[in-house]
Parts: sequence; structure tokens; C-alpha cells
Amino acid sequence: MGFAHSINGTRHVFPDLRRLMACATPFRSGDALAGVAAGSASERVAAQHALADLPLRHFLNDAVVPYEDDDVTRLIIDGHDARAFAPVAALTVGGFRDWLLAETTDAFVLAALAPGLTPEMVAAVSKIMRLQDLISVAAKVSVITRFRNTIGLPGTLSIRLQPNDPVDAPRGVAAQILDGLLLGAGDAVIGVNPATDNVDNLCRLLELLDGVRDRLDIPTQTCVLSHVTTTMLAMERGAPVDLVFQSIGGTEATNRSFGVSLGLLAEAHEAGLALGRGTIGQNLMYFETGQGSALSANAHHGVDQQTIEVRSYAVARKFSPLLVNTVVGFIGPEYLFDGKQIIRAGLEDHFCGKLLGLPMGVDVCYTNHAEADQDDMDALLTLLGTAGVTYVMGVAGADDVMLAYQSTSFHDGLYARALLGKRPAPEFEAWLDRQGLAAASGAGRMPASLLRALPGAA
Amino acid sequence: MAGDLRLWRDLRGLTQARVALGRVGTGVPTAAHLAFQADHAAARDAVWSALDVPALLEKAGAIGLTACRVASEVPDRRAYLLRPDLGRRLRPEGRATLPEAAGCVVFVVADGLCARGVQTQAMAVIAACLPSLAKAGFAVGPVVIAEQARVAIGDEIGAAMRAAATVVLIGERPGLSVTDSLGAYLTWAPRPGRTDADRNCISNIRAAGLPPLAAAAKIFWLLAAARRLNATGVMLKDEQPDCSALSASQDPVLTQETE
Repeated sequence: MGFAHSINGTRHVFPDLRRLMACATPFRSGDALAGVAAGSASERVAAQHALADLPLRHFLNDAVVPYEDDDVTRLIIDGHDARAFAPVAALTVGGFRDWLLAETTDAFVLAALAPGLTPEMVAAVSKIMRLQDLISVAAKVSVITRFRNTIGLPGTLSIRLQPNDPVDAPRGVAAQILDGLLLGAGDAVIGVNPATDNVDNLCRLLELLDGVRDRLDIPTQTCVLSHVTTTMLAMERGAPVDLVFQSIGGTEATNRSFGVSLGLLAEAHEAGLALGRGTIGQNLMYFETGQGSALSANAHHGVDQQTIEVRSYAVARKFSPLLVNTVVGFIGPEYLFDGKQIIRAGLEDHFCGKLLGLPMGVDVCYTNHAEADQDDMDALLTLLGTAGVTYVMGVAGADDVMLAYQSTSFHDGLYARALLGKRPAPEFEAWLDRQGLAAASGAGRMPASLLRALPGAA
Repeated sequence: MAGDLRLWRDLRGLTQARVALGRVGTGVPTAAHLAFQADHAAARDAVWSALDVPALLEKAGAIGLTACRVASEVPDRRAYLLRPDLGRRLRPEGRATLPEAAGCVVFVVADGLCARGVQTQAMAVIAACLPSLAKAGFAVGPVVIAEQARVAIGDEIGAAMRAAATVVLIGERPGLSVTDSLGAYLTWAPRPGRTDADRNCISNIRAAGLPPLAAAAKIFWLLAAARRLNATGVMLKDEQPDCSALSASQDPVLTQETE
């Protein structure tokens, strides 16, 4: 069935839901590259009008990627909770936006609603929202997860300490961990992207990170962000795996391009649970996503990149993750060209993830071929902080020397917390206070207690 | 190493990462802030740098090879960044000028995401390959210099020249600390439609990474192995002896970025 709307005397027709959703999407380069973007500003706003008039129920009967062809669609439709959906079942997309913004729609209402929403409903409403809408609704949502500490409590902002080294050198990794701890980072996770994805190297890094955490008795979790199959091999070898990481996408074919399936993720999740390493909770999956990955894998089915991105959150929520983050500016300018596009995409992804009940973090980042700089990152970080982002990355000096991109620094985390009155996860904050780390970094000292973290130290 | 550390700044000796910058309130001190801005400026300028083609043609002549220049269908640098598909396609007028080099190894020198390292190192890598290639009976065709090009442009070039294999030497996405890194992409029996799975990649070619001489040795090793297998790609594993696993990583991130 088709959709249409007239604006300024011109009738715009959209042959199907995919086309309507794509045309309603605020402009970004990836949709232009895919050939699905609106042809004009008028066509875009006409699509937004037509989308606003669409009943939310419509999304339960009209899939953007066919049910028969795609296991993510089947997961979304088969897992839909009709009772949770009931409060908004009579609304249109436009009515849903108004409902979300109303004062009476609070954290409890939104938490109860999450299982009743599909990614496409959430993507649709985000397309007719301004940044302030995306921020004020997301700020109402509370998603709390636990492994060795409590992530996502109101008034907190957690940081992933990301100590990547170009050759996985133990002392390079350890030095960055100490630097991050001195600057209050590491409560979300101490997580390394390995330079090489083989199981020996993975086990070595896992032992290093777990050794640091254990010797310093830090109430946090560690992760080496390898492919899930490599992590499963490490678990078989008895390596200390806290979190199980995987990059995921919003279609079956995108996930295939990442070398994973829903069944494989379930298997990895079970293997992680069997280790029983969480002390106060068992949320242990860690997923990364990002707009554009489906087009990059030629697995987008003609759907706009933001809608596909939100579908990946349906995959994530199936596994009750501790952390999810969108690596928003990493993929490159052919998908998100400049600071404006990156900022909007980061706030969309955060809003959509939160509304679907995910502990949503954002890698506020850019590459050197994108039209973006530190000012854009400051803007996005500050906006996300006000939106209640669960966590952001912490990279020494904002410069990831392994992945060759810029993310938020340890200092940026301190800035956002201080400006917005946010605190680390409570267990981690108590540990930071006991160690006196803020005073030490202020004075340029290296506390002797931290040196126990270094490889070879007693 | 723990014994040497008393001050925060002592961490600097342990890593090339930007650790121990100090802090002023929650901010970065001025000197560190401006140093970062300078490195970002260098990286930005590197992305927008262009090949000096006449100089490259002259260098090719100096190592005894003829050379020609072609361009992709990309009209300008902004379009290069936005339209990777156009960067993979050859402009028709260029295709017509390509000489035949049936059965030869053809080196394609392409700007990619950063021309700087290509300008300074590509011909040195090629020159270092030539003696072993000659000894092993490989014929080497004319060098093709390709502007505003992505890796896959080598497939169309190789097919037009009827090359046995292409070696695309292309500039990698610059980081804050590295703005002169080259990638080498080897494709046996190149033709349009080849994918990443059909290629072997050597990344991080630069003096402080995998130096040009070592890169040349690896290119030769892979070409010799490709000739035996009659293929490059996932079937061809890099088992070159005496080589650190990290010197030629097949980092998917870097691979995607130039592709």
C-alpha cells in the first residue's frame, strides 16, 4: 500500500513503508549513497507528515524487511508484547510523539512500555522529533544494569576506559589504564579493542585486565572486544571473561557479514552466564552498533540507515546486555558526513536505544576524513549528558592510537560529570574516593597503591 | 617498571598514547590542547592533499618503468569522500589510454585517503620489489598512477591491461600520529566484481611501521604464493617466515576505510 501527503500544492507519494521512512529521515550522506534519501526538502517534510498520520499498529503488519527473509524481523514481530503496547495502541506516530513529551509519561510508564514497542515505531517517531525532543524524552528513561557495579542509576554517568595499544603491548595498555583511573574513568568497563583477533592474544589481554582489576580490587568489569567466537574459545581455555562483546546489525544479512547469528549470540550468552563471574548482577553482554553498517555490508534491503540501526537494538535487548553503544562517528563521511549529521545520529541512537529499554552509551567520535572536530564532540557530549546517556568512552587524550580515530577523553568524562552534576557508578565512586585519585591527579602524583596494577608488580 | 614511577608524567615513557597530560580543573592544559589541534590539522590537511603526478612519473622513469595516469569518476575531493562507488570506477578516457600488459604484474599507485605517504614511499616499495620479481620470472607492466581512487579501481585497470595481478599501493586514512601510511592490496586475475575476500592486504607501510623494504619482501612472497595458488584472498594465508604477526595485520578497520 502507498502513502501520500500534499504540501504547498504538490502531492508527494510514497509507494511503501520503506520509502516513507527513508524519505522522512533528516538528511545524511549514507541515505544519499544508498539512493533512498528524499529528493527535496519538501518531499522530506511531506513524508514526515504522512508518517505522523500513520497508526502505530501499522508497524505490526507491515515489515520494512520481509518476515520470511530475515530473522531480525521475526525476532521483532514474534517478540512483540501486545499488553505492554496497549497504552499507545490507539495512537498515530504523531500522537505518540506528543504522548512521549507529556509530563505524565514518566520513567515508570516508559519502562513498562518498552517491550510493547518495535524498533520501527521508535525509529518513526524519532524522525519527526527535534534534538530537544530526543533529549527530553530520553532523559526521562531509566535503564539500570548490573555485573560488578550498578550502571545507569539516575544522576550517574559512567565511562568505558579504552586503553587500546597498536601492538597490544601490556605496559602500553596498563599505562593507559592507570591514566584513566587517575581521571575517574572505568566504571562502565575497562575494555580493550585488540590489534589482532586471535585466541592466544585474547587470553593474554584478558589475564592482564583481570589481573589489574583483581589486584586493585576495582568494582568494575573488563572486556577484550574480540569476535564472539574468539571469546568463546578463550572461555573454553578458562580465560577470565567478564563481558561477552559483539558488533551487531539490524538485518540477518548484516549479522552474517559480522560472522554471527542469533543462535550463536545465544550460545555465547549462555557460555558467559555459566561462568557466574558477576557479583551483583548477570548482565554480561556488550554490543556495539552504528548507522551505516548494513549498507556497508550491502545488507540494507533498501531501508534507511537509521531504521536499520534501531532494528539492531531488538537484537541487543534479547540478551539483556550490561552495555550497548553506538559508534556513531567511526564509520566515515560517506555515511555521516559532518558534525551536524554525527550529532543528530548520536542523539537519535541514544533516544531509540533507551526507549527500547537498553543501557545506551555513545562513542562520541570522528575520523580525520569526516568534516568534524573537537567542537562537534563537545557539543554532542554535552547534549548526550543532558539526555542522560548511560556511558561514553574514555580514551587517553581523545586519541585512539590503535584505531586511529578521536573519541572522548578521560578529561571529557570529568568535564561532563562536573558540568552536569553527574557521578560515577556508586561502587566505583566509593573506590575512587578510597584511593584518593582525584587529589593525586590534581597534584600530578602517581599513588603507590595504583602501581600494583602494573605487569610484574607484586 | 613499577619502581621507576613516582609522578603521573612518568607514564609517558610506557606508551605513545596521550597519557599524563595533566589537568586544569577538568580540562587539558593549554600546551597539550594546542598540540592535539596541530596534529588534527596535519591529519586534515593530509586527507585533502593531492598527488604530484609529474613527480611520480619522473620517479617511475628513474626506476626503469614507464608510467601512465588515470583518474576515477570522482569530480573532486568532497565527492571522493561521499561517493566511494565513483572512486572505484575509471573514467572512460583514461581506460582508452591504458597499454596492454598481458600476464604482467601491474603496480597501481593511488592517492586513497591520504596522498602524502604515497608520494614519498610508493616508488621505493615498487623499486624494492623489482629485483626479486625479475629473478622469479614475473614480468612487470607499466605503473598506473590513479587519482581520487579507491582500492577496487585496480580491478578495472588490471582487466583493461590484461594483467596477471595488480598491486594497489594506496594512502590509508590518516590518524593523529600517523599521516604517511600506505596499504598494499594484491589481487590475482583482477576484474570488476572482485571483493575484499579476493584480495590480500598489507597495511601500515611506513618507516616507523612496516618499512618499504620489508613491505616489498612481503609483496613478493604473496605474489609468488598467489602464482602457485592461482589466487589471492582468503585462500592465501600470509605464512611468510621470519615475520612478526603484527607487522602485516589484516585489520578489518583499515581495510574498510580504504576500500
